[in-house]
Amino acid sequence: MKRRLEISELIFKIISYTLLTVFAICCLYPFIYTISASMSGRHAVEYNDLVLLPKDIQFDAFSEMFNSNMFWNSYANTLFLTFYGTIWEVGLSILGAYALSKKRLLFRKGFNFFLVFTMWFSAGMVPQYLNYIETKKVFNAIGIMDDKWLVVIAMGMAAMNIILLRNSFEGVPSEIEEAAIVDGATEMQVLTKVYVPMSKSIIATVSLFFGISRWNGYFWARQMISNGHEHPLMVYIRLRLEDYTNPEVMAGWNKTYATDSAIYAMIICSIVPILVIYPFIQKYFAKGVNAGGVKG
Amino acid sequence: MQAVCSDYLIFDEENGVYVENPEQVVRDDVEKHHWLNVFRAVVKDWRLYLMLVPMILVFLFWRYFPMYELLGCFKVTDVVKPVSDQFYSGFSYFNTLIFGEGNPGISADFWRAFRNTFLLSFYGLCFGFPMPIIIALFFNEVRSNVMRSIYQVITYLPKFMSTVVMTSLVMMLVKQGSTTSGMGILSQFLVAIGAVDQQTAFGGLLNDPTFFRGIYQISGIWETAGYDSIVFFAAIIAIAPTRYEAAQIDGAGKMAQMRYVVLPSILSTIIIMLITKIGTLLNIGYEKVLLLYNPKTYMTADVVSTFSQRNGIAGTMQGMASAAEMMNNVIGMLLVIGANTIARKASNTSLY
Repeated sequence: MKRRLEISELIFKIISYTLLTVFAICCLYPFIYTISASMSGRHAVEYNDLVLLPKDIQFDAFSEMFNSNMFWNSYANTLFLTFYGTIWEVGLSILGAYALSKKRLLFRKGFNFFLVFTMWFSAGMVPQYLNYIETKKVFNAIGIMDDKWLVVIAMGMAAMNIILLRNSFEGVPSEIEEAAIVDGATEMQVLTKVYVPMSKSIIATVSLFFGISRWNGYFWARQMISNGHEHPLMVYIRLRLEDYTNPEVMAGWNKTYATDSAIYAMIICSIVPILVIYPFIQKYFAKGVNAGGVKG
Repeated sequence: MQAVCSDYLIFDEENGVYVENPEQVVRDDVEKHHWLNVFRAVVKDWRLYLMLVPMILVFLFWRYFPMYELLGCFKVTDVVKPVSDQFYSGFSYFNTLIFGEGNPGISADFWRAFRNTFLLSFYGLCFGFPMPIIIALFFNEVRSNVMRSIYQVITYLPKFMSTVVMTSLVMMLVKQGSTTSGMGILSQFLVAIGAVDQQTAFGGLLNDPTFFRGIYQISGIWETAGYDSIVFFAAIIAIAPTRYEAAQIDGAGKMAQMRYVVLPSILSTIIIMLITKIGTLLNIGYEKVLLLYNPKTYMTADVVSTFSQRNGIAGTMQGMASAAEMMNNVIGMLLVIGANTIARKASNTSLY
């Protein structure tokens, strides 16, 4: 039997749907506008002739960008930083979290505090910057000339994610581990054959957190990487944006598309990979948020 | 998350009380008094301790060594020498920053930045915090799973853009120009509905100090509100349907159900999230401000981290900049610890 909706319920439902739709449109509209503006003609973009759909369609902004070496270079750098950075962070986090999850570890409380303290207090931007400069000198002295490796190794490692992993490892029943040990598994085998497979989803979540923050990383990459050929995509986009909004550059602009279209085209190219994998990773993010929330 | 004290207390189910964990007491005793046993345990279990080493090294080198560089804020800045060789200057930078001793200009800048940091976070708390809860309530009203998934996918989306892309978009949307050429689409819309003055919009909203906070908050809500609603939505769908039914039988309308069923059920989640937010009140993300502000909007946009970025990394006053940020971070740390203590007292859950 279906219950008749009461009037207050009906009103609330209507309000909910309306406001949600408005909010969803607000979330989506900038993206649609970006896509339209990136492929509209110069006149339409420069003279505010564009609301939703593209006008005088052209793909010069894209084709010129795809022909630019710097663009692909920065793309490759971002992939490099994301790939190696995530592997480095996840690997170290899994090892550390596994050790921390063991009750028999001595000074466990001390090690935990060592991690958690970095969440409470950070030295700040300037001391960190000076520290990275020192690191760079050491790296150069031992022959690592690429600043990229410095960014891969020195950045990241969030204590929060290690704690997420540790909590998940603590939830693995100790009987399974004991069974593996009876069968003659070493410490490393217990980790790779028992713990990692049993915490797959949280490891996926943590990798995604690390990966996204690497992909999106900007400030330290810009500070630390001095060579323009090693800049990741985000730094490249920002530098181009600073160029294109410069009045002198805009005055001398003689392309078939507007400066805005060039910026929008770059924005699209940087979010396409995330949009492509987004439907597959979305559930892991929801999981991660709930795991990172509070357990009573 | 688990309470920090969980190693020490175990729950005795028969009597329903917490008792001391005898194993942990033994471990404590070993750690404190029997260094030879510690040595033996470490040697026997060396693989486990070896696993910790890389993580510890990374944290030591790039989280704890910078804290040593913090000594720079008590020393005369000398870019040529390392911190260990610089001369002590006592609290002179703190005196300058707080009381304006010797350099009133920088003190005024610092207080402006401090005030802006606090205000940006505080407004974020006032306007940004309730939004995810409201959106979660709305999600709950959408009965069809397909529709809800569509809404969720769309509203989570802005969260996955980088700060650079997000700020670039914002800058383009409120760009300077005129009604016939160049003006950003959002500015055009706001002028059309009469929300902003035409002249201001022509100059670019991001060049006007009065609009910076609004743009910052609205873009923040746009970016995170959908995604942050996940936690609250999870709490709402955990409510047993029987509770709604019971309320309906008692004659509760929609508003009464909200007030007496939904709100009490998600209150603990709200309180915990609120306390967490208060704890991070002063840790404002510097990237977004750094990318959005410009000299014209320093009045409302300059925060402590951008202040130290300008003076310490782009400029040469590294001691001064470290001192400013250290004050900010120490207050921030006290807030986190305070918030955590309150959370533990109030609901028996510790966040860390």
